[in-house]
Amino acid sequence: MVIDREQLLHVARLARLELREDEVERLEAQLNDILEAVFKVSELDLSDVPPTSHPLDVVNVWEKDEPRPCLTVEEALANAPEREGNFFKVPPGGSS
Amino acid sequence: MIDTLRLTAEEAWRLVDAREISGAELFAAYLAAIDARDEELHCYLHVCDDPGGDGLPIAIKDVIGTKGIPTTAGSKILEGYLPIYDSTVVERLKSHGLRILGKTNTDEFAMGSSTENSAFGPSHNPWDPSRVPGGSGGGSAAAVSAGLAPWALGSDTGGSIKQPSALCGNVGLRPTYGTVSRYGVVAFASSLDQVGPVARTVRDCAYLYSIIAGRDECDTTTVELPQQVELPEAHDLKGLRIGVPKELNESHGIEPGVADAVQTAIAKLEELGAEVGECSLPLSVDFGLACYYLITPAEASSNLARYDGVRYGFRAAAEERLEMYERTRDQGFGDEPKRRIMVGTYALSAGYYDAYYGQAQKVRTVIKREHDALFETFDALVSPTSPTVAFPLGARTADPIAMYLSDLLTIPSCMAGLPGLNVPCGLSEGLPVGLQLIGPQFAENALFRIGHALEQAIGFDAVPERLR
Repeated sequence: MVIDREQLLHVARLARLELREDEVERLEAQLNDILEAVFKVSELDLSDVPPTSHPLDVVNVWEKDEPRPCLTVEEALANAPEREGNFFKVPPGGSS
Repeated sequence: MIDTLRLTAEEAWRLVDAREISGAELFAAYLAAIDARDEELHCYLHVCDDPGGDGLPIAIKDVIGTKGIPTTAGSKILEGYLPIYDSTVVERLKSHGLRILGKTNTDEFAMGSSTENSAFGPSHNPWDPSRVPGGSGGGSAAAVSAGLAPWALGSDTGGSIKQPSALCGNVGLRPTYGTVSRYGVVAFASSLDQVGPVARTVRDCAYLYSIIAGRDECDTTTVELPQQVELPEAHDLKGLRIGVPKELNESHGIEPGVADAVQTAIAKLEELGAEVGECSLPLSVDFGLACYYLITPAEASSNLARYDGVRYGFRAAAEERLEMYERTRDQGFGDEPKRRIMVGTYALSAGYYDAYYGQAQKVRTVIKREHDALFETFDALVSPTSPTVAFPLGARTADPIAMYLSDLLTIPSCMAGLPGLNVPCGLSEGLPVGLQLIGPQFAENALFRIGHALEQAIGFDAVPERLR
């Protein structure tokens, strides 16, 4: 087993996912299958191979620092689930 | 009478230019086709009213942002979301007069190979509605094959344009990474995501690509095309060298009917004058899937962090903020995004990063080098696009890894940022078989040339038999 229940709940917490009990059970089996399958990458000795994070050799792309029109406050808030004045409104922060 | 099942975009454009049909008539013809057939096929999540004008209609995969038109990415977490700006690709379509017919179905956040992960229900294959159209862009591919759009935009991370095109029997291009803007497109795995065209013919596909490709200052990963897109005309392939990678053509799980159709097409390539030779990708196919299913969940877990119920989309009721985030994400995301967020978060977490994500990035280098080496000898590589023809709905939903294997043959070249073109090459058990052409970066013109010559030589009838 790659990941146990306790680790799974820890990862869910990191990912901000409140999993229901039935999901935890299903995910535990599926994640172990998936992680075992992808751990295949460890079979290769690649200590002298550099990593690739991006397929094109594009580095340091610069644009001119010129002001341009941007979204208005109304546009930015248009899809807000809840707003107050010019702000997105969220429930108060609890203990975490 | 406009026959949307047979009309190519090229011919439609000519008819409109010659004023033989009006833009309004054309749009209405596709809306009528949608009315007649989409209840069964469910290609569209949203159908638009005719915005007016004389340009061609086009369908857009629902991960691509469209101003004022619902954009859900197939997820409940974006239900009701109305983008306040157009993605760059949509801006470019509009500046060419193209008009949006609607938004097409997709696996949730483009994560899947069948559209069965869509929160709004699956699409169905026009050749056999009891089967999947492929995914994630199954809505776009099925719409084009069923005559519900002359052409469409899709997006491809590990096969989401090529595989559905193969399963529905049309032409789909996954462009070279960086040639098409991702600005305004819902992000899944940013180092792989590319928008691309789905069409009935290679020439239509090339033309649509010419409209959307090129540098965009809003996406710093884009580059200018080194050469202009050429609409293919040649019927021969003299002077071209085409490689047949053993591992992509003999992989376990390729159905005999698929292998036969592709072998026949490869023989045609030789008849057309191409030099065909066997070659090998020793590690890319064997390790590609594992590499992909580490790197893309890792990037997805980061990209999907933005769906927290604060600024847009769905929000679950909760007393406290953390509770609101966690509940919103649990109720808003379906099973597949959750699986990938969990795998990605785990692979990136302290203590596991080097062994999983870091190692996968090194495997990615190996895959890229193996492909680069082959392109010293060959102009393009050829293989089946999908190991199987369209599979029955429900056949792979219980087993995530079985579903992941649908993209075994498309994933390696995606990891290397290479362009890939699906061209239909025949039928197996009455269902389309797709052939995949892979080129070096920026070699789209060569792929179009090969694809067009093959298309002419094969004469595949792209209209599903049951709709003829």
